[in-house]
Amino acid sequence: MNIEGQVRIPSGCAIAAVISKEGKRMTGESIVEAMKPMHDRSNGLGGGFAAYGIYPEYKEFYALHFFFDDRSTRKSCEQFLKEKFEIVKSEILPTRKIPQITDEPIIWRYFVAPLKSVLASMQLDENEFVAKTVMKINTEMPGAYVFSSGKNMGTFKAVGFPEDVGVFYKLEEYEGYSWTAHGRYPTNTPGWWGGAHPFTLLDYSIVHNGEISSYDANRRFIEMFGYKCTLQTDTEVITYIMDYLLRRQGLTLSEAASVIAAPFWSTIESKIDSEDKEKHIYLRTIFSSLLITGPFSIVFGFDGGLMALNDRLKLRSMVVGEKDDKVYIASEEAAIRVMEPDAENIWAPAGGEPVIIKVKEGAF
Amino acid sequence: MTINAKNLDYRSLNEAISASKKFCKVTDCLGQRFMAAGMSDKTITVKGIPGNALGAYLNGATIIVEGNAQDAVGDTMNDGEIVIHGNIGDAAGYAMRGGKIFVKGNAGYRAGIHMKAYREKQPCLVIGGRAGSFLGEYQAGGTIIVLGLNGDGEPIVSNFPGTGMHGGKMLLRSSCDGIKFPSQVHARCATDDDLQEIEEYIKEFCKYFDYDENEILNSEFTLITPDSKNPYKQMYVAN
Repeated sequence: MNIEGQVRIPSGCAIAAVISKEGKRMTGESIVEAMKPMHDRSNGLGGGFAAYGIYPEYKEFYALHFFFDDRSTRKSCEQFLKEKFEIVKSEILPTRKIPQITDEPIIWRYFVAPLKSVLASMQLDENEFVAKTVMKINTEMPGAYVFSSGKNMGTFKAVGFPEDVGVFYKLEEYEGYSWTAHGRYPTNTPGWWGGAHPFTLLDYSIVHNGEISSYDANRRFIEMFGYKCTLQTDTEVITYIMDYLLRRQGLTLSEAASVIAAPFWSTIESKIDSEDKEKHIYLRTIFSSLLITGPFSIVFGFDGGLMALNDRLKLRSMVVGEKDDKVYIASEEAAIRVMEPDAENIWAPAGGEPVIIKVKEGAF
Repeated sequence: MTINAKNLDYRSLNEAISASKKFCKVTDCLGQRFMAAGMSDKTITVKGIPGNALGAYLNGATIIVEGNAQDAVGDTMNDGEIVIHGNIGDAAGYAMRGGKIFVKGNAGYRAGIHMKAYREKQPCLVIGGRAGSFLGEYQAGGTIIVLGLNGDGEPIVSNFPGTGMHGGKMLLRSSCDGIKFPSQVHARCATDDDLQEIEEYIKEFCKYFDYDENEILNSEFTLITPDSKNPYKQMYVAN
């Protein structure tokens, strides 16, 4: 079979998310249901979910979700992991056999902690070490792919329609304080398991509807900092850009949003608040190569929150609604109404206007 | 006749509407696309959230939505009426070439994008609240009216209205102070004659949503039109 990058398929996508500001945990059932009215936005070539707060009993450990092509790859990869990590749990990620999902790879889950001695000798903090290791596995070990690497969170993705992917991974058995979801309609490449959304690194995850015109410019810049775009699908570069801006550069979420969906110079010029104006000039100048052009709506998941963002021209749809402690985000209002028929304050954020929702301090 | 749309896909729902009598009511609608596409002889009332491209290619039918509608309502519609009692998503009236759309609430981005007109085909889009950015983008004909009846102090339209506009007209019930228009359009205070031309549309809007037409018409409007009779001229070499 041709993999991503060898074939071009023209295409749309569906995204949805929910978060409890009180940190109340919800099963995956409702987000899976939410994808059903948006069925026609996907074509069955990829569906996936990210869930936060699902592994409280292992919250100190990185949860690594793997796809392996075969048993021997898994064995050799496990040997590699043992040299660098303490593995506290190693198991098959539970799935159910359903006719809608076929040709699955070996799907495995490890809960790990980096060995202190390894961290000390490499002089790296544990997040940097884990990020580097994930990059190494994904670029240097053919047949092994880490598709989730955060703490107390997990990604679940496959080739199929999202509502079937949810059933396949038994998402009704997980409870998280926030969930994101994606139905894929690949724009340029065929669907394969690794190419489904969300794309994650550490606890950062991205679901994306759109197509990045600036992909190569963004990729060339970000690869200078040790990130490797291996999946030949544009979305992964957003995950690395967010990791670079937030974790390595220390920007705030809204500053990062102003980099990737920077306002037009004319809009910056007309800002009255001079401090705000200068900040935007600074961000657009310093990080000009990280401006993402082309249509997008994304939901960015992180430990304790979500951020929704549209491209500055708003070439993709996105709607936000609320009810009690919950905030809902989706490509279509219909999806929000599935999760909460009585959702209030339904509104569509403007292009480039980030919607940031955080769980109350200490509630997750 | 009532059609319960629960668990019906868009095709089955449209088949049920086609098979129904002249007047029908659709309940439990949830995201079904292309509703009433191309239909000409129905009056359809919708409860719930209709999917994208509601009334695409509509050819004379009337659609009344009791709540919000999603994106691309009236895509390329030819004739008929769509009445939305809530807000409307992006690209409302996308390339519409006839008929009327009335929205009580706000519109998203790109309302009236590429509307066009030809002889008796004169489409009209009336938005009761505010409009998002790129209102009337590439407008080629017809009338777009925004009334700003929310009274929430927000500007009546967001950034870049009339980008690429080269035909038709927009009327905004505001002095439009501080709103930037592109160089190829002309904005001026609307005269009584200008308002007379849209009186019928305003009357109809008021009838649907229970407003007082005199109160609405008795306000300052700004008229936006392309500033050249031959908007393409500047794009080609004269030879």
